[in-house]
Amino acid sequence: MTLAALQEQIRTAAARAAPLRPRGGGSKDFYGNEPRGEVLDVRRHAGIVDYEPSELVLTARGGTALAEVEAALAERGQCLPFEPPHFGAATLGGCIAAGLAGPRRAAAGALRDFVLGVKLIDGRGRVLDFGGRVMKNVAGYDVSRLVAGSLGTLGVIAEASVKVLPRPPAERTLRFDMDQTAALDAMNVWAGEPLPVSASAWHDGALYVRLAGSAAAVQAAAPRLGGAELADSVAFWGAIREQTHPFFAGEAPLWRLAVPSVAPRLELGGAQLLEWNGGLRWLRSSLGAQEIRAAVTRAGGHATLFRAPDKSAGAFTPLDPGLLRLHRALKSAFDPAGILNPGRMYAEL
Amino acid sequence: MGEAVPVSLSHRHEVARALRGFLPARAVLFEEEDTRPYECDGLTAYRQLPMVVALPETEEQVRRVLQLCFSMNVPVVPRGAGTGLSGGALPLGNGVLLSMAKFMRVLRIDPRARIAVVQPGVRNAVISEVAAPFGLYYAPDPSSQIACTIGGNVAENSGGVHCLKYGLTVHNVMRVRGFSIEGERLELGAEAPDAPGLDLLALAVGSEGMLFVVTEVTVKLLPKPQCARVIMASFDDVEKAGNAVAAVIAAGIIPAGLEMMDRPATKAVEQFVAAGYDLEAAAILLCESDGTPAEVEDEVARMEAVLAAAGAVRLSVSRDEAERLRFWSGRKAAFPAVGRISPDYYCMDGTIPRKRLGEVLHFIAALEQKYGLRCPNVFHAGDGNLHPLILFDANNADQLHRTEQFAAEVLEKCVAVGGTITGEHGVGVEKINQMCTQFRPEELELFHAVKRAFDARGLLNPGKAVPTLARCAEYGRMHVHRGALPHPELARF
Repeated sequence: MTLAALQEQIRTAAARAAPLRPRGGGSKDFYGNEPRGEVLDVRRHAGIVDYEPSELVLTARGGTALAEVEAALAERGQCLPFEPPHFGAATLGGCIAAGLAGPRRAAAGALRDFVLGVKLIDGRGRVLDFGGRVMKNVAGYDVSRLVAGSLGTLGVIAEASVKVLPRPPAERTLRFDMDQTAALDAMNVWAGEPLPVSASAWHDGALYVRLAGSAAAVQAAAPRLGGAELADSVAFWGAIREQTHPFFAGEAPLWRLAVPSVAPRLELGGAQLLEWNGGLRWLRSSLGAQEIRAAVTRAGGHATLFRAPDKSAGAFTPLDPGLLRLHRALKSAFDPAGILNPGRMYAEL
Repeated sequence: MGEAVPVSLSHRHEVARALRGFLPARAVLFEEEDTRPYECDGLTAYRQLPMVVALPETEEQVRRVLQLCFSMNVPVVPRGAGTGLSGGALPLGNGVLLSMAKFMRVLRIDPRARIAVVQPGVRNAVISEVAAPFGLYYAPDPSSQIACTIGGNVAENSGGVHCLKYGLTVHNVMRVRGFSIEGERLELGAEAPDAPGLDLLALAVGSEGMLFVVTEVTVKLLPKPQCARVIMASFDDVEKAGNAVAAVIAAGIIPAGLEMMDRPATKAVEQFVAAGYDLEAAAILLCESDGTPAEVEDEVARMEAVLAAAGAVRLSVSRDEAERLRFWSGRKAAFPAVGRISPDYYCMDGTIPRKRLGEVLHFIAALEQKYGLRCPNVFHAGDGNLHPLILFDANNADQLHRTEQFAAEVLEKCVAVGGTITGEHGVGVEKINQMCTQFRPEELELFHAVKRAFDARGLLNPGKAVPTLARCAEYGRMHVHRGALPHPELARF
């Protein structure tokens, strides 16, 4: 689909005040509140536009398959450092709109840290360019990073430029038998030391720590940490990233708790899997949303109802009135007719 | 600039009196001798006395200053240390200059969580100093780090010489608290990852004090690398040096720092700090590796091999920490060093795709001839951020005029090759015309809409960073380039 056709579809919807639901591969249809409106299929607006490994920048259209992007990078020994989940046939645009990052997030940064520029079609069907293809750019407000994680509520990502990095040449995962409190302690201590820790996870009495970097760095760090080497490091982290690990199976609601990494163990009536040095805690629990959110808020974080058959409690932690007012004002700046993914993030948007 | 904005004395006294209703007398300045130190920031070519200066000490006082200004319809310009290079803190003759200088406390260091909570007036370098006993540091290190404040860094999204590997301010700030122009308290971001809703923290960082006033900042602290070594590589041609930068990155290496200086710059620096630079070289690269000793040894060897293959004529590796700091001292002192060889200099800040470096440097060399002005180059080669320094004498009106033309041409070239007019110094008042080159009217209009979402009446730092469409139309009329008027779709006045 050409850019012009996407613009036209948005203009028509805006004129009729008819909700649109921008969609790539549909791999994250479950994420956020129930999507509404007619599907705006971005998949045909696809293709890598520019990729020059020595610039560390890749530019691709929104509908480009994330797998295609990652394959092109792998061919040149590079990667998306934030290790985004695919959850199926993900596209680059959908990946940025969802803003989710994987195991390496605590070490490498969030998805938005790697977004350099976007070509956005706003709610009036206008094509707008923000940011660019260079590492440093402070001209104008940083709209590209605002769009990251905005769940398609501000505009349709027609094209994006992301910063990429070399793949770490060496990688090794160590396993330790530890309870959750000991694991939280270990993860936070090691994160404060100059060690090449690139991911951490704890589940069911075992802590997993991935070292990545030059062979020399990994080799020097491993004996300092101890533990037992995990045979298939790549498969293990792949299962965490794509949520194919057995923890994620079954029907119990899946909560995504984001807390300061040093927050103590939270008892919330269900199994947990921790990542990001303890900053991300996945929870399988049927406790009430209010109870979970209150406990997580007390711990200095917020709780997202990630996968659940019933999201009537709202997928995301509600905003305080001042922030909500700002969100509404920004939403109307980008999408005055309120047609783009209404309610997907918050009912009021 | 400097033209007087007509402000009645009675208005000035009325605002000052109202501020003194809740601020001590010493925290409200309006006599010329007291307001003079605030007339400019690091961009001294632009000066304007503020109507009143307010120096609050508490968040409650900040809230009340903002509320008062909002109710009296008085514009407010926030200011940190005033080291900014784009005039972002240039006062308004009819406005209140809100100095955050008294917010100097480090509120909390949590070594286990690897964060520091600080007030906005804390100087950048102080954060690393107080974190040092825990083996931690704050990564962004602008050259002005001993003077500039974290609040100003947040406003400008400041970088430094290590940001290719460790990121800019936006990558290292987790949370900010502040107040809107209406005096409403706002908390953006969190000490937990991925705060709910839109990423307003990312929007606020680099917003040049136009969206809200920051009163508290939580920054990430990183473990200090065990060791670091820097390679100084000499090249007999600037283009070769530029290609060597691409070769290092193509080899899968992300140096901790990767800086380039041309001969005019190294000559100026050498007289000033004796950093030991190779004055025979047309350009030098400083390429740093950090990490564990084994990692650094391995990486330095790989870097040396790549640089040699790219045509480096001399390579020296720092042997100890003292030598490493000496190699860096020259780069960090580049601006003051240039300040000694010329009455004035004008620092540009464009960023370009690295592969266009040779072309842009030749373009700058041609402009030196065209305008009859010298222009040494220092630049953050790793991330393509150029700092050409045009040397001029501000007392010579013609030189100043030629400098401005020279700079405008360089910035427009940066945009033309796919880059940006500012990598880390901000737009401020300085590059506001070039914003018209980089953005189309629809985009500028959206920036104004973002501004209105936070500040509907446009009272916070008005007139900076984002030009009005009328201003762009005016600039476009004066600046026909590439044979066509920019924004032909825009109505002309």
